[in-house]
Order: sequence, then C-alpha cells, then structure tokens
Amino acid sequence: MAKTPSPQELWNIDHKPPKKWWMDLPLNIRPGNFSYPAKPQILKELDMPNPRPWSPLDEDWKLPPNWKEIVLEGIRERLDKFRTFKVFMDICVRCGACADKCHFFIGSGDPRNMPVLRAELLRSIYRGEFTKAGKLLGRFGGARELTVDVIKEWFHYFYQCTECRRCSVFCPYGIDTAEITMLGREILNLLGLNINWIMEPVRNCFKIGNHLGIQPHSLKDMVDFFIDDIEEVTGVRIEVPFMKKGAEVLFVTPSGDYFADPGTYTFMGYLMLFHEIGLDYTMSYYAAEGGNFGLFSSNENMKRLNAKIYAEAKRLGVKWILGGECGHMWRVINQFMDTMNGPADFLEVPKSPITGTVFENARSTKMVHITEFTSDLIKHGKLNLDPSRNDHLKVTFHDSCNPVRAMGLLEEPRYVIKNVCNNFYEMPEDTIREKTFCCGSGSGLNNDEFMEMRMRGGLPRANAVQYVHDKHDVNTLACICAIDRAALTTLMNYWVPDVTVYGVHELVANALVMKGEKKRTTDLRQMPIPGMEDAEDV
Amino acid sequence: MDRAALPFVAVIALVITPLIGVGAISLHYLFGVIVPYVAALIFFAGFIMKVVNWGTSPVPFRIPTTCGQQKSLPWFKHSKLENPVTGIQVIGRMFLEVVFFRSLFRNLKPEIRGGPRIVYGPTKWLWFFALMFHWCFFIIFFRHLRLFTEPVPGVVTFVDRIDSMFQICIPPIYLTDLGLLLGITCLFLRRVIVPQVRYLSLPSDYFPLFLIIGIAVTGMLMRYVIRVDIIKVKELALSLAAFSPKVPQGIGVIFYTHLFLVCVLAMYFPFSKLMHLGGVFMSPTRNLANNNRIVRHINPWNPKVKLHPYEEWEDEFRDKLLDAGIPVEKKG
Repeated sequence: MAKTPSPQELWNIDHKPPKKWWMDLPLNIRPGNFSYPAKPQILKELDMPNPRPWSPLDEDWKLPPNWKEIVLEGIRERLDKFRTFKVFMDICVRCGACADKCHFFIGSGDPRNMPVLRAELLRSIYRGEFTKAGKLLGRFGGARELTVDVIKEWFHYFYQCTECRRCSVFCPYGIDTAEITMLGREILNLLGLNINWIMEPVRNCFKIGNHLGIQPHSLKDMVDFFIDDIEEVTGVRIEVPFMKKGAEVLFVTPSGDYFADPGTYTFMGYLMLFHEIGLDYTMSYYAAEGGNFGLFSSNENMKRLNAKIYAEAKRLGVKWILGGECGHMWRVINQFMDTMNGPADFLEVPKSPITGTVFENARSTKMVHITEFTSDLIKHGKLNLDPSRNDHLKVTFHDSCNPVRAMGLLEEPRYVIKNVCNNFYEMPEDTIREKTFCCGSGSGLNNDEFMEMRMRGGLPRANAVQYVHDKHDVNTLACICAIDRAALTTLMNYWVPDVTVYGVHELVANALVMKGEKKRTTDLRQMPIPGMEDAEDV
Repeated sequence: MDRAALPFVAVIALVITPLIGVGAISLHYLFGVIVPYVAALIFFAGFIMKVVNWGTSPVPFRIPTTCGQQKSLPWFKHSKLENPVTGIQVIGRMFLEVVFFRSLFRNLKPEIRGGPRIVYGPTKWLWFFALMFHWCFFIIFFRHLRLFTEPVPGVVTFVDRIDSMFQICIPPIYLTDLGLLLGITCLFLRRVIVPQVRYLSLPSDYFPLFLIIGIAVTGMLMRYVIRVDIIKVKELALSLAAFSPKVPQGIGVIFYTHLFLVCVLAMYFPFSKLMHLGGVFMSPTRNLANNNRIVRHINPWNPKVKLHPYEEWEDEFRDKLLDAGIPVEKKG
C-alpha cells in the first residue's frame, strides 16, 4: 500500500489544465489513486461475469475476448432502459458550471475529475459508436474510438467519483454525474471490472446479512457488549430485541454502526433512546444492514440487497420500518426501495406510538428516518434532555450527500442537534446543505489503498471544518452517516486533528436523561464529562 | 485554439457559400426556397424524432436532485421550489429553471488562498450572459414572426416596439440585437479565456457560437448598414409560409447569407448539443417530484433478480442461530 503524502505535500494542487488535451492525456494509475479489484471468489458467489485475479497496474486486464461487443451491447441496453442516459449523453453544452464543483477536482486538479469530463469519457464513445454526427465528424465532433485504454480510463475515473451529486445541483440541465458513474460502473461490471471494497460488502450483505460479514451469533455478542457498556455509563440495563415477531417497528441501520467506533456510540444512542421511550421494536440478523453497496455496483445488486428489508418486515409482521443514520442508505430508501421491492402493502402508514404523529411523507414506502422520528419526539416534549452534558462540545454538522441531494433531510438533524447541544455553529454556507461537500470516501471508495485520493477529495470538507474550528473553536463534527463516521474520523485526523466525529444519536444519548439512571460522569465513550466528573476522580 | 479554428473556418465557408451561390451564380431559388424548406423539414423532423427517442426510454427511478428541505413534519418549512412534491411545485421549479436558469444562478467559484484556505465566491457571469443571450435570442426569434404574418399580431408589434424603444439611430436599434451580440461574445470569450472551460471545450462547442455570431452580424448588417428591401423579404417569407414559394427579384445577397446561416443552424440543431432546448424539459433530476416515499414510482422493467430469501439464510445459519439462542422458523 502506498504511503500517503503529508498534508503539506498534498496541499500543493495545480488546477491549471495540462498542455495535452484530455483525449491525448496518458492515464496515471499509481498506488494511492485506485482501489483493489474484486476477488474472483466474490464475483463467483454473486454470479457476476469474468471472475479472475488482475491488477490495474498490469498491462493486461484480462478482459473477455469479445469485450468490445459486450460494452457496446451494454451501452445499447442501458440507453433503452434509462432516459437519463440518453438525455445526459445528448444535452451537455459543456458550460463548465460543474467543473470546479467536484471535491476530487478541487483536491487533485486532475482535469478528468471535472464532472463534465468524467461524463465525456463515456459521452465520446456514445457519440463515436451511437450517433451519426459522431461517426461522421470523429474527434471534431467530440467522438473517439472504443479501445482498451478507454476502458481503463473508465475504470479509473468511475471509481474516482463518489456519486455525491454536488455537480448536479449546479448543472443547468440537472445532468447527474452520479447517474453516469452508476451506468459506467454497470457497464464495467459486465467485463468483470469492479473493486473489492464494493463487491465484498455486497457479497457479505447478500449471503450473511450485513456488509461486514458479521454472523448472527457474533452480532448478538457485540450487542451484548453494548448493553454492558450502556449499563456502565448509565446504570440502566436495557434489552435489545432481535427477531421479535409482532413487534411494532423493524429497526434497520448500517452495519458500520455496530462494527466500529465511533459508529458504535451512535448505535448505543439508538438503543438507549428506544429503551427510554419504550418503543416496541425489533432488529434482524437477516436484514442487519441498512446500507447498500449494491447501489455502487448495479441496480440489480442494489435490488437484491434491499429486498431483505421488506421481506423481513413481512416475516416479522411489523407495522412499519425505522431507519438509522446512514447516507447512501437513504438514497436507496427514498428513491429506489419502493420502486424496486414495493409495494409494501403489508405494512401500515408509519405512526409514532409515542406521539401519535403520522408520517405522511412515508405513506407508501413505510420507512421513517431516525432524525424525523426523534425530532418529532423532541417537538412533543417526550424526551427528558440535558444538553449541558454536551457543553464541552462545540458542534458543527456535516450534511451527508445523499440525505441532502436525494431526499432533502436538512432541518431534522439540525433540530435534533440544537435540542441536545448548546453550542452549534454552521460551516460556511457554500459548503453545507445542498452545496455540501462529500467526505471524499463515499460510493464504496472508503478503502485504505485509495487513501491519497480520499484525503484529496475530503479536502474541501475538511477545510470548511478547519474554518469553524479556527473561528469558533469547534471540536465536534456531527453527521448522520456511517461511512462519514468512519471516513470523516480519518479525514479529521489528517487535516484537522483537533476535531472529533460524532453521530447525532450519540449526542442525543449523552443528553438523554433516562429513568432510573445514575449520575452520569462519563459520556458514551466513557470519557469524563467536564464539570460532571465523580467527586473522587477530581 | 486548435479546437476553435476548424469551426471558425467552417462558418467562414458557410458565409461564402451563398455569396457565391446567389451573388455569383444566381441560385436564388435554391437558397431562397429549397434550402429553407429542407432545413425546416430537418429541424422539425429531427427535433421531434430526438424527443420521441428520449421518450421511448422509460424513467425507471424517480431521482430528482433535491436542493432544499423535504416535506416532512409540519414544523419544518418545506422548500417547495427546490424540493417539490406536487406537480404544481415541479412546474414551479421547472419554470425557474427554464426561464431564469435557477441552477446556473447558484454558480460558485472556489479559490485557494494562503492559509491554506478554500474560499467560495459567487460567480454570476455565466448565468448573466447566458440568460441575456437566450432571452435576446428568443425575443429576436419572436420578432421575426412579423415577416411570416399578415396582419402582424398585436403582441408581435408590441414586443417589437418595446425592443426598439431607444431611438438611438434610424432605423431604431433593437436592444435584443445588442444583448444577443454582447451575450454570445462574452460566452465565447469565457470559453477561450477560462483555462478549464477552454480545456473541456469541443469543436462542436465553438461551431454554434460562430454560427450564431454570423447570423447576428449578417442580420444587423442587413438592418443597419447594407439595407435590403424588407417588403420583398416579407413577400418571400409569406410565400414560404403559405407553401407557394415565389422569390421576388432584387433582395440583397446579404439576406441570403443570413438566411443560409439560419438554415444551417436549424439543420445542425437536432444533431447537436443545442437539443438542450428540448432536453431541459426532459431531465429526470429536475422534472420529477421528490415524493417517492408518498407515491410509489413504477419501473416498467423492474428486473427479476436472484435473491437470498430468509428460509435459505436460516438453513445456512440454523446451527449457529440455535446455539446462540436466536429464534428460528424451523428447528431442523
């Protein structure tokens, strides 16, 4: 694995385009800027084409002999299936409004990371192979021939896009690079060009029940540890129902929440909240994953993984589904789930058993976001909160790409944070809400071998955090995404080491005054809360 | 500049074509009747075929790019135009997009400063000149209806009068003529001067710019400098519109140049990026409501996929589940 350059080295970014035009620019694949290919065994288990060992650093990528035919047929098929594909191929005017909106371009200066050029990689082939004008005019019509080098370029750059959709906000026609990247990756899949960091989670989620491949009995043990930890911090012993038939609510959250810090604290936060309000819920070992790396692979894989949630809700006989803090998971739930695996006519329109609020906005999909649920609890005064327990935290909030740009979940998390924390500061307005910057590690690129690009891509986000850190002494970066919790932690350690990453429901749980709890002297991380330490400890 | 050179030469060649064709060898009927009819046919047929072709591909998923607060709980102010959930709200969003270029108005420019710090400043030039160019183009197009109608509808005359209200010279100069020329010149300069935009530009980005500049210049020359007999031009236009073409004698060659460039633009249109005119209405990230959780969207080709059903999963994990005391459907 490549050594990641220091922040000082990395900061030296040249945004001036190179002399050579992009069609002539050689590809620069080197350790640190690509992700490792999927292991053959994993592709086999998923019935995906061309499983074999290969490396992007090799000259020969071991493509099937009829690769060209496969690609052209793959494009043709998707043009017929996706209006977006046709329209986005045809109407770009290359105004360049998107060019400097991409975090990977800002952080790397690589011209092919300008969203417009990322799309042109595919568009040039579309023109050359599928339009008369392109065939006639060749390069002058922006067309080029499909070669192995083009395929390599696609692999490199469609796995250097985090599908964050920031460029799409600024595009006058709403051309969505995420859509183009998704289609590009589907086509690459046909040749067996995919990355392990995506395909292994897909396999794990499909076969075992979550991305990380945690088996049911191990997950049970992990949750038992959380229960012990919660008791240690609060003095309250809680129960966590799994596989409970007839519960009112199925709770689904990304596996990152129970796998590693600091997601685990967010997970404990949910559990404490549910205990405190007496929610009749259950979790599932079978549908133990809210996230969906299938989204980063193909619409078919996305559907295969997502199908488990409704299936399990049906088997367990719940009334509705509650979803945890996760970014891309909520794109899948908000924009794809009902279409792919619905209708969920065996469920009821979600209604909070605590407040009686009916979530009309989830009438069909029957799945509610945890911050929608919690802000409703707070609004109705159902939670006993002591925000002063979070007074040592000066908090800012990172809007995750998908809940913002594929849903519009802006105020709910802010409302929750402001009710559980007294010190809240926004980052500069051009870096939040619909203009938020990606953590740099989304869409399945949060692997170690891609670290240099992740730190580059995360630079705009980190720099905005740096700004509020310098100005307001912000030391806490709250977020509602499991990938963020892991990726932003790495990013902060690299760029802004004084800032710690928290999930929103960790902050909630710290402020939550539970019935029968002992005096809280530590937070969920078992770190002393300033001003509330044990007398003996002081 | 290499990618701009060829389109420039191409447009010069297009300008010369009618100068020779009409000026030297008197092919008035070809340039006055046949080319315009062919161009109109290609434009309309090409445009419709393109849009129909887009339309034949379904929209499998409802994927609006949401740019504001969703509609959720009543105490969160819903951003109706940035995150529409109803048809009317979508129309509102599209109206702002099509008429005022809402998305382009958001444009920002990141700048890396010492510190090191990235700062973002608004940059409205692209929005401003693009809007100026498109609106002027549209009004000029609309004004031209006076040549194809008799009597001229009041609304056309009205627009014409407003457009020429500054009687700076005789004939009064149209504001939109200036706006179009200024707008397109700035769009061109931006493309050449901003290094990133220049880098990503294709010859097919320069070609329509030069072509439209050619159209504007010949049109203005005809009105302000080398006058042509507008009565005869209208005679030709009316006869074309009535499908009984008659080419009056004595219209200056500058008119044929203007007309020819317009015809080339029309013929080029359906096969080029200019189709953004139709496409802007067809973009699923803008023209759909963010109401997926409220109303189920149907994918006509919703694929059958191989699943891993609970029963299979339980079979694979039964021993472990039983050992851990996890409830199962079948004991063995």
